[in-house]
Amino acid sequence: MVATPREAFWAYGVYAGLIVSLTLNARVPLRSLIRRLAIETPFLIFVVALPFLARGERIDVVGLSLSVEGLWGAWNILVKATLGAATVMLLASTTPITSILYGLQKLRVPSVIVAIAGFMIRYADVIASEMRRMKVGRQSRGYEPRVLWQVRALASSAGTLFIRSYERGERVHLAMMSRGYSGTMPELAAVEASPTDWLRAFLVPAVAAVICVLAWL
Amino acid sequence: MNALEVSGLAFAYPDGLQALFGVDLTVARGERVALLGPNGAGKTTLVLHLNGVLTAGAGSVHVGGLELNKANLKEIRRRVAIVFQDPDDQLFMPSVREDVAFGPANLGIRGAELDARIHGALAAVGMTDHVHRPPHHLSYGQRRRVAVATVLAMQPEILVLDEPSSNLDPAAKRELAGILKGLDLTMLMVTHDMPYALELCDRAVVMNEGTIAGDGPTPEILADEPLMRANRLELPYGFDPSFSP
Repeated sequence: MVATPREAFWAYGVYAGLIVSLTLNARVPLRSLIRRLAIETPFLIFVVALPFLARGERIDVVGLSLSVEGLWGAWNILVKATLGAATVMLLASTTPITSILYGLQKLRVPSVIVAIAGFMIRYADVIASEMRRMKVGRQSRGYEPRVLWQVRALASSAGTLFIRSYERGERVHLAMMSRGYSGTMPELAAVEASPTDWLRAFLVPAVAAVICVLAWL
Repeated sequence: MNALEVSGLAFAYPDGLQALFGVDLTVARGERVALLGPNGAGKTTLVLHLNGVLTAGAGSVHVGGLELNKANLKEIRRRVAIVFQDPDDQLFMPSVREDVAFGPANLGIRGAELDARIHGALAAVGMTDHVHRPPHHLSYGQRRRVAVATVLAMQPEILVLDEPSSNLDPAAKRELAGILKGLDLTMLMVTHDMPYALELCDRAVVMNEGTIAGDGPTPEILADEPLMRANRLELPYGFDPSFSP
């Protein structure tokens, strides 16, 4: 998808159709997928600014002078980010996280990367609940910042959270060493994938690759 | 042969803080020993020496007759299993199965033998139904039990528990006590929970300021008021060790 030329509008239409049909096939409500796409909003702000800021040839659109190059750039980022994010959301809402890790391992992703992803997933909850407890702690002592210059405590909480997470990392390392860890993570459980599984898994990427090639021709 | 022999163990942290001043401790095979003492007494520091995570400045540790040194670190870590206080530190893999497999896999165990170890360890703590769940979806008591299973899978000779009853509700505490009593292992249990020590351990060792301050049958240690007071130890309100079953 990322390698598709930005001028090939039809290709993006096909990609979108592919994602929508997969979503319906997986019985994931389209509405929830769209709601999750809100995560890309911060990036869109930059995209909106692009046509105004970019240099080069300019064009008048309803009285605004916009850069042609900037418009193309904005379209390019917008469509690729949205479709890419939708694909990831689809994967996340259909596949349990442990299966994704097994899959990464099966695809021969370096074990360090799989381990880091695993730790991140494992400790996201722990750190989030630590953050929640600190927030309750602040609120219990009457801390409700309303304006920007009142947020000093927030910054120091972030620092504390960082230190706490670092210390937890040390304790986890102790626990790992105590169980004989010597630098290499053991493989996760072996999951068997039959040829049909491989075929099914590669079907969608293969279709996307074909579209990409056709778009370049 | 004794399961554990610690002699003249002294240790100072890199910042100069001396935590252990010559600790001598012998634990016979099959004994269950409670390690009591106030915060900062050096209990956890001692525990981290038993499997070589910390290296003593002086003194020695023998586990089942084998001296702890760099060459046999791996074997010592198999023999001495430590269950840390916070199960979130102990369970770091994506699922219960992987976490229990971590130790034995590091020992080079694979395949059917590994599966048998995992199943055996989870069965010992009554958690076989949760084998594929991620640890953060378990209750605190369940996580503590899985933490015990992660070290049982290494088939250790000594089980060291750091505050096993902390943060557990009374029912989870009782369930864990039942599991621990059922294990045929030498056990060293760091705890502030006097009734728990009395229930599970026949012998109690008191530690304070980096040395052993008392050692004897648990009911006698708990009833020794001057000893208890001198080491900042107290019995819970209304609790009388001499009235226990």
